[in-house]
Amino acid sequence: MTGDALTLMLVSIVLIWGGLAASIVYVARRPENDHMPAGGEDTRVPD
Amino acid sequence: MADHAEQPADGAAAPHTHEKREHWSGQTAFILAAIGSAVGLGNIWRFPGQAYEHGGGAFMIPYLVALITAGIPILFLENAIGHRFRGSAPLAMKRVHRNAEGVGWLHVAICFVIGLYYTAIIAWAVSYFFFSFDLSYADDPAGFFTADYLQLGEAGTVSLSFVPHVLIPLAAVWVVTIVILALGIHKGVERLNVIGIPVLVATFLVIVVRALFLDGAADGVAALFTPDFAALTDPQVWIAAYGQIFFSLSLAYGIMITYASYRRRRSNITAPGMVVAFGNSSFELLAGIGVFATLGFLAHEQGTTVAGLDNLAGPFLSFVTFPAVIAEMPGGAFFGALFFGSLVLAGMTSLVSVLQVISAALQDKFGLHPRGSAVAVGLVSAVLSIIGFGTTTGLYLLDTVDQWSNQLGIVAGAITMIAAALWFGRRGHELERHLAAVSTMRPGRYWIWLVNAVAVLLIYMFAEKAVSLIRDGYGGYPGWYLAVFGWGTAAFLLAVALLMPLLRWRRDIARFHAWPTREQLALPAEVGERHTEDYDPKGEP
Repeated sequence: MTGDALTLMLVSIVLIWGGLAASIVYVARRPENDHMPAGGEDTRVPD
Repeated sequence: MADHAEQPADGAAAPHTHEKREHWSGQTAFILAAIGSAVGLGNIWRFPGQAYEHGGGAFMIPYLVALITAGIPILFLENAIGHRFRGSAPLAMKRVHRNAEGVGWLHVAICFVIGLYYTAIIAWAVSYFFFSFDLSYADDPAGFFTADYLQLGEAGTVSLSFVPHVLIPLAAVWVVTIVILALGIHKGVERLNVIGIPVLVATFLVIVVRALFLDGAADGVAALFTPDFAALTDPQVWIAAYGQIFFSLSLAYGIMITYASYRRRRSNITAPGMVVAFGNSSFELLAGIGVFATLGFLAHEQGTTVAGLDNLAGPFLSFVTFPAVIAEMPGGAFFGALFFGSLVLAGMTSLVSVLQVISAALQDKFGLHPRGSAVAVGLVSAVLSIIGFGTTTGLYLLDTVDQWSNQLGIVAGAITMIAAALWFGRRGHELERHLAAVSTMRPGRYWIWLVNAVAVLLIYMFAEKAVSLIRDGYGGYPGWYLAVFGWGTAAFLLAVALLMPLLRWRRDIARFHAWPTREQLALPAEVGERHTEDYDPKGEP
């Protein structure tokens, strides 16, 4: 594998899989917006 | 069921707020379902071939640019429409603009057509899963697929000669799909994805790790990533990258609108959307590495290079080239079963999302119960699917219908959706502020600019594809065949989009107030419009 190919593979892996990891961590740390406007409550439909 | 949500116009919470729509059980369930929809057969057999043919490693540059500038913005747009206007594609689009219901029905029609043939491919994968146990396909994979299994007839003809090998698994896939849809969002669609997606990822990881240790695997991966930087000056490479992102993320045929409509109102939208977008691309990259590692092994075994192999993309990659690899690798039966099992899982999670778009639209329009709607959609689709794709000419029909519905119809669906929401409905600021109000990550003002820019690119892609199909035809099929099944498909999509809005709504769709209110979003009050002229009180369930 050439240096160019290796570099592009590693950059793709870091950006895409890194992007997934970063977005998962972001959602896990702050799953919901704590400052939503009032209202908007809804109840679940009975199964 | 509880009454429909009622929010007072001033935005204060009503004493008893109820939502009629079904819900995902939580954010994780939604994310898994959305990834399940996006991750499909195209991730496994389309992305690696596209990358290889369009510059190898250099393709990753336009691919990543397309993900950031088109994939994520359009994903946000669909999520915003579904979440704010809380309906199936036709209902949500009607609430976006009173004349845009047809755009939603265009999405529904595309899903209907895609569902018919997507099921056939899953049925093939089911058959090959069982064939893997004794490696039935090992001696002559190409001959086995076309002659023994599909019993292919003459191209450009129509046959009603059914192939039992295909018909039986096809019927079985439809039965399972109808049951999943009939169980509803929570017990059916959600459960399939919550179980299926982790299993799919784990299975594919096993396949890829095994593939990387095969002889010649490094050469295969090198073939995928070796860059041809000159390709970056070719506009077709950029169009291919945008097309890949677009088709791969299940954009513009109503799926993300429908799925987002099942989220609770007080839900985070953008950050989970990022997980879905990167999750889809992550699986695509994993599949690319796995596919090319195995192709490297096949090339090594045949004493050639990856460039010397045939069938590096599409159904023939999965049903001819891969069986050839499986036949030659140690433990082939086991890995064959894993591979085709993965195809079935990836296909099922996408198929269910496609059919849910139709089911949800019928529920909203005609006031049907989810179970009745699922059975109606499933039975009609199953009959048409078996007649069209369970025969000796099913592969040709699939190839033709896919070109018009997937390559042309979806692009049209995207253009009309953006035009309705941003250009005619002028909902850009409203949707941007909606996302900002409920989400942990603000989309920013550049989001709207990007969506508009994508629309221009899509118009070019649509025109180019349409001109190509008119001028050159497709696949060497005779003109009458393309007129009936290709342009006939396009005519069907258009007819559904134009005619379905003429039917009356059997539910009171006017009893709806978007939340957060325009006042809460610091937007001027909208001129009130109630769609009461469409409401048939006698038909309300």
